[in-house]
Amino acid sequence: MATVVVDNLSHAFGQGEMRREVLQNISFSIEPGEVVLLTGPSGCGKTTLLTLIGALRTVQQGQVSVLGQALHGAGRRRRQQVRRCIGMIFQGHNLLRCLTAEQNVQMGADLLPGLSYRARRDEARQWLRAVGLEDHMAKVPHDLSGGQKQRVAIARALAATPRLLLADEPTAALDSRTGREVVELLRRLAREQSCAVLMVTHDPRIVDVADRLLQMEDGRLMNAV
Amino acid sequence: MNRFWRGRRIPLSWLLLTRQPFRLLVALAGISFAGILMFMQLGFRDGLFDASVTAHRLFDADVVLISPRSASSVSMEAFPRRRLVQTLADPDVDGVTQVHWGLMLWRNPETRRNRSILALGFNPDDPFFVDPSLAEKTDALKQKGRILFDQLSRPEFGPIADWYRDGRVVETEIAGNRVRVAGLVSLGTSFGADGNLLTSTETFLDLMPQKPPGAIEVGLVRLKPGADPQQVVSRLSQRLPKDVLVLTKQGFIDFEQNYWKSSTSIGFIFTLGAAMGFVVGCVIVYQVLYTDVSDHLPEYATLMAMGYRLSHLLGVVVREGFYLAVMGYVPAYLAGQGLYSFVRDATKLPVGMDFSRALTVLVMILVMCMLSSLLAMRRLIDADPAEIF
Ligand SMILES: Nc1ncnc2c1ncn2[C@@H]1O[C@H](COP(=O)(O)OP(=O)(O)OP(=O)(O)O)[C@@H](O)[C@H]1O
Ligand SMILES: [Mg+2]
Repeated sequence: MATVVVDNLSHAFGQGEMRREVLQNISFSIEPGEVVLLTGPSGCGKTTLLTLIGALRTVQQGQVSVLGQALHGAGRRRRQQVRRCIGMIFQGHNLLRCLTAEQNVQMGADLLPGLSYRARRDEARQWLRAVGLEDHMAKVPHDLSGGQKQRVAIARALAATPRLLLADEPTAALDSRTGREVVELLRRLAREQSCAVLMVTHDPRIVDVADRLLQMEDGRLMNAV
Repeated sequence: MNRFWRGRRIPLSWLLLTRQPFRLLVALAGISFAGILMFMQLGFRDGLFDASVTAHRLFDADVVLISPRSASSVSMEAFPRRRLVQTLADPDVDGVTQVHWGLMLWRNPETRRNRSILALGFNPDDPFFVDPSLAEKTDALKQKGRILFDQLSRPEFGPIADWYRDGRVVETEIAGNRVRVAGLVSLGTSFGADGNLLTSTETFLDLMPQKPPGAIEVGLVRLKPGADPQQVVSRLSQRLPKDVLVLTKQGFIDFEQNYWKSSTSIGFIFTLGAAMGFVVGCVIVYQVLYTDVSDHLPEYATLMAMGYRLSHLLGVVVREGFYLAVMGYVPAYLAGQGLYSFVRDATKLPVGMDFSRALTVLVMILVMCMLSSLLAMRRLIDADPAEIF
């Protein structure tokens, strides 16, 4: 069973006169463990597509099913359960400002059922080590660099053992070398967990990490290479 | 133990609150202010209503007789003394005594200005007082023209208490008759009376010569041990003519308080004041929590996107409201107590912190805080998380 199936998905913002079609008849699917890259010019609807798949936005038209769960017309509870299985890395890292790096990652690990507090904390520490931040566990986001914050966000997303990872320009705030490191780390860790990845990027230098490339233009999917 | 460890979580509400200490302080100041407002309004109201019955509480009686034409302690009408004697026919009645009750014009011995004072006249040989120390002082009233002065009376009556304590002979005039202060008591002022004095029946009648003989304002009835005052009241009400109203002691107290609560605008004003305190408090707390929640909305949306349940997030915010309420309540409580003692000194009103009011205000603050935090979360309930980032 495919991890993500998108079938004839359309989405519009606004009402009446102001109505603007942002996505038009999009169809594709992602297999388990696949790493798929989504590129396209700014404003073509990439973030919109990602939030629809991530159950963060109500599906208007067409079908989206994630891990076998149909999202069109899904209730609050179903969408919450789908989100549980998805790791999200946002365009802005969206870390909790009041928590340390370790606590932020633990907010991800806390979603795992049946683990003791100590086990969840150890899990968080292990993920921080995996992204190379063992020396910065007690720092709050304010005291971390952009690349470090993005790595904390990756650790947080992976700590909940997701089966699909959605990443929206995780390298946007990073220089090319750090960006490359972060993406490679992401791919390696996702592979180890056999977790599918859908990553939005503008960066042509990281295209080679992908199994597949999706290109968007003006709300349409151009080609599936 | 195992369950506890599994249930333990990062104290997110607490960390969210304390990330910006200055902001937290401002929020707490707002909540405390709301609490103080409520403490003041409720305190004044209860204190004033309490004060209106200090004289009523003095007497150790089970059943009280008054005239049905009496409206309140400042307009007590008379009824025939015979009615009081007639109650002795009831098998449960142990003894009776009479009290004269009325306003008199007291001349301030220093400024020679007149001011109205509440005077109670009773039989010094047979005082029905709850407070035994009061009963001891009544001996001095057996001499004619002697009175006991309430040292909590307003200062406009003159520096009576100070002079008396200095050992001076304090004399003044009431309705042209000379009276001498034979002792001090502590009763306190009320809505109707700025001061009180106690005297004997004989002196009272001398000071009010126009009073018809055989007419009294209050009749006190003491029952035999084990008798039910309620039953005696209904029996006496049936047996006695309609020119007298029979009440239990609590009924007598309620009669007075009801007058001030419902027949004057005073009760309405203070209840309105307390309600205003609550409303203003709600507005302040809602403002404080709304900005706080709005500020953290992206973080809550992030948690929702990670797969946390809405109920979990509501729990976080309600806990925030709870912490704010408790932390804001403590200074409000302390300030309330300080203000009460200040008001007590300035007005001589029996305003004080009591448990039920402390609890009322705590509950109101808790409700305000938790409701406002939930209201502030409406945006998160209605919106898709993607709309909030
Ligand atoms: N909440 C919204 N209401 C109205 N229009 C929106 C909303 N969100 C996005 N849009 C519009 O939808 C279009 C697609 O937006 P989207 O954020 O998906 O683009 P994007 O491909 O992610 O761009 P970028 O690469 O700059 O992030 C844009 O034209 C944008 O203005
Ligand atoms: Mg975007």
